[in-house]
Amino acid sequence: MAEKVTRRPYVREVPRVLWFLRHPRYVRYMVREVTCLFIGAYTLLMVVGLQRLSEGRASWEAFLEMLRSPWSIAFHALALGFSLYHTVTWFNLTPKALPVQVGESFLPDRVVAGAHYAAWALLSLVLLKLAGAY
Amino acid sequence: MTAFLTPALVTLTLLAGLGYVPDVLAYERLHAFAAHWLGKVALITVIFLSLWSVAHRLRITLYDIGVRADRGVAAAVYSAAGLASIAAAVFLFRV
Amino acid sequence: MSERLVELEVLRYNPETDSEPHFQHYSVACREEWVVLDALNQVKENIDATLSYRWSCHMAVCGSCGMMINGEPKLACKSFVRDYDGVIRVEPLAHFPIERDLVTVIDDFMAKLTRVKPYLIPKNAKAVEEGEYRQTPEELKRYKQYTLCINCMLCYAACPEYGLIPKFIGPAAISMAHRYNQDSRDGGRAARQEEIAATEGVWECSFTGACSEVCPEHVDPAAALQQVKIASTIDWFKEHLMPWLKK
Repeated sequence: MAEKVTRRPYVREVPRVLWFLRHPRYVRYMVREVTCLFIGAYTLLMVVGLQRLSEGRASWEAFLEMLRSPWSIAFHALALGFSLYHTVTWFNLTPKALPVQVGESFLPDRVVAGAHYAAWALLSLVLLKLAGAY
Repeated sequence: MTAFLTPALVTLTLLAGLGYVPDVLAYERLHAFAAHWLGKVALITVIFLSLWSVAHRLRITLYDIGVRADRGVAAAVYSAAGLASIAAAVFLFRV
Repeated sequence: MSERLVELEVLRYNPETDSEPHFQHYSVACREEWVVLDALNQVKENIDATLSYRWSCHMAVCGSCGMMINGEPKLACKSFVRDYDGVIRVEPLAHFPIERDLVTVIDDFMAKLTRVKPYLIPKNAKAVEEGEYRQTPEELKRYKQYTLCINCMLCYAACPEYGLIPKFIGPAAISMAHRYNQDSRDGGRAARQEEIAATEGVWECSFTGACSEVCPEHVDPAAALQQVKIASTIDWFKEHLMPWLKK
């Protein structure tokens, strides 16, 4: 007579909110995701700027004045840092999504990422030049 | 796209904040740019795409930190992105 | 050969007697070149025969001995004791229910693997008399990387989305679907899309990248998943904007 099988699998719960604190790899992932909040905030700032622009010169000048406040500078410093971090992490991941096969090998990741960095640098410099930043 | 454009854009307004207002942010230049239909298209495209991608990431990140009501969150973040985009379009129309 | 005393903290669980898992400490005399699996075998042979765990090839090709070693998903046969200082914490692979001691319930993964139809569905079926399905070296290279998966499930233990959303089909299963989709002999992409392009399919992936970091065979499942996302999106647009195109 076979013995009765007693199975009672134990399920280990994952902490619902703070799971990412368990390993540096997940902390880095969360940081990467959270940087997008600053990009979102900056875009909303752009929308506000557009509103001020549409209200006429006086309103726009007041907007520029607001940009000079210490809070604005601090926000911009953070936004610049985080948007650069976003750019770097994004470009470093892009080769994974876009493999370029050449014969029996693939273009090395650094070539694909490098092409993105080059295009980005060029685009940024052109944009800044056209905008009169330098 | 935010990876390509956002740093440069932030730099522009940062420079303005530091006192070196780039030409394009002077009222006449920016107004002229936004008045032209090409300028409007460029601005609304950048704003819409940025807001949309941020909304999407925010939806995923909220789920990651335990907010499970995905349908509600999705509705909220995409609507917010949509509303802000419509607002931007309205302002652009008025320029 | 030099020996050293290695301290192990192993998570034990006996479904017949325990209400919860608990750690048990073992001091094992290990040779310098040993891996954690050797230490566990030493425990089983000479110290505590009740310890249960899966293993087979001892050379990182069978995928049986996946477990959490100091909180990291690893193959026990590929984790050298000399790389660890102090106590080595050994637990069953994360995100899977514990059957007993270090043995996990892998039914979920096995079911998901089956769902993605991980076999060749020939584009143009040939009778055996018609000869082989031919393929150039370039065509082979297109999917070869994804054939290296040994189903060790370390990627499932690493994937935070799988930990949070158990319905997620997961890295290895989707990579396996991608392996066949990329195979020039295969015509089963449409058949697999049902599972892969579903919500619990590839769209739960948030590109954390942990799966590729822990994969012992360098399959790079994260890359496969992003490629599947792009292919699925293109498919969706084609289907909705150009419905006259045959699938």
